[in-house]
Amino acid sequence: MIAIVDYNAGNIRSVTNALSRLGAGWILTSDPAELRRADRVLLPGVGHAGAAAADLRARGLDTVICDLRRPVLGICVGMQVMCRDTEEGPSAGLGIFDAHVRRFIPRSDADKVPHIGWNTISNLEKGLFKGIEPGAWVYYVHSYYAPLCPDTIATTRYGVGEGMMFSAALKYENFYGTQFHPEKSGDTGERILQNFLTL
Amino acid sequence: MLARRIIPCLDVKDGRTVKGINFEGLSDVGDPVELGARYAAEGADELVYLDISASRDGRSTFTRLVSRVADRINIPFTVGGGISSVDDAAALLDAGADKVTINSAAVRNPSLISEIASRYGSQFVVVAIDARLCDDGEIHVTTHGGSRMTERLLFPWALEAQERGAGEILFTSMDHDGTRGGYPCGLYSRLASTLSIPVIASGGAGSPADIAEVLTDGGADAALAASIFHYGEISIRDLKEYLKQRNIPVRL
Repeated sequence: MIAIVDYNAGNIRSVTNALSRLGAGWILTSDPAELRRADRVLLPGVGHAGAAAADLRARGLDTVICDLRRPVLGICVGMQVMCRDTEEGPSAGLGIFDAHVRRFIPRSDADKVPHIGWNTISNLEKGLFKGIEPGAWVYYVHSYYAPLCPDTIATTRYGVGEGMMFSAALKYENFYGTQFHPEKSGDTGERILQNFLTL
Repeated sequence: MLARRIIPCLDVKDGRTVKGINFEGLSDVGDPVELGARYAAEGADELVYLDISASRDGRSTFTRLVSRVADRINIPFTVGGGISSVDDAAALLDAGADKVTINSAAVRNPSLISEIASRYGSQFVVVAIDARLCDDGEIHVTTHGGSRMTERLLFPWALEAQERGAGEILFTSMDHDGTRGGYPCGLYSRLASTLSIPVIASGGAGSPADIAEVLTDGGADAALAASIFHYGEISIRDLKEYLKQRNIPVRL
């Protein structure tokens, strides 16, 4: 059973639809006992990372999540919340990933914020990215990013020309995070979610 | 590198696709879910569903359709047509839409943009702007499918929409829409460099070369089209191959 953390995380319908398409059973819960019992835990997130972190803390779920020993996947803002802190808000993150989340700064008129659309992932670590080739396309919608850090297990380039690399995905022990939306990334995304379910 | 997006647009009336041709192997081209799945399989980067139903029954049929699309399709999709309140947008979000597009209602009530964006995030709000060149030499925003002229001008309105929290601007030049004579690329280029959010070009594509031009010279981040896909003149895959040969980054 997969537990999706139920907090003020915006629309989670696309995540639950993707899990259903994969034939995976899921529950939406904020009950610590159910989160501890789940085989996998998914931390979704759309919107404001600082607010999301504060909301998790208010519900006492920050320590529950940090203590989980089974695979946990944070998606988009869910991943950012698992970082040390973010420029977006005053609230500290869960501190699982050793990254300080920053806002994109356009270097030319052609660089847009938010970074919306399909971009490629490279420098992929096996496991979560088993069977995925470097250069595979995934879907992004975000204005903040985690810089490269020791927890980076996939990278993406933002901006025209050389641009800059940021963390497409992070991993620390049993904790995973993707900045992109696997649930919206077509067949590539479904494969990544499938990999997470079978880690 | 970020891909330029190709977005087919499906007009839906009373739960059925309005335009559409006989795709080989597709049992029901009138079913918006089947047609959308077909486009997704061909390589569409996103889908847009526009409700053109006038009736209340048509609207609730559309909301049910949106949940069927969300169940089936694994790429992002935007819905629009007749959204005039936060509640309208919320119903579509709950049904599983990734984004909504608002047009006339935003012109009438600009705070609608900020209300939806502050509640659900900028990524959820696409502001569609239809505009045309007027006798006074200015490009005026129009509403109701281009039939009503307003005092608003394209550039100030696009900037206001951005400031109010729009995540993307979908711009259609009513002087070019339906002509199939190509996009006004100079205008798109000015708009793209004025705004910091992505610009989606719409209306005017008659050929792959037109789309290539608006994605390069026009600086657009994405191109939305209906007829050239619906009538099978070019497949999305062939279009993307064409763009790739011209060094335009596309997802293939």
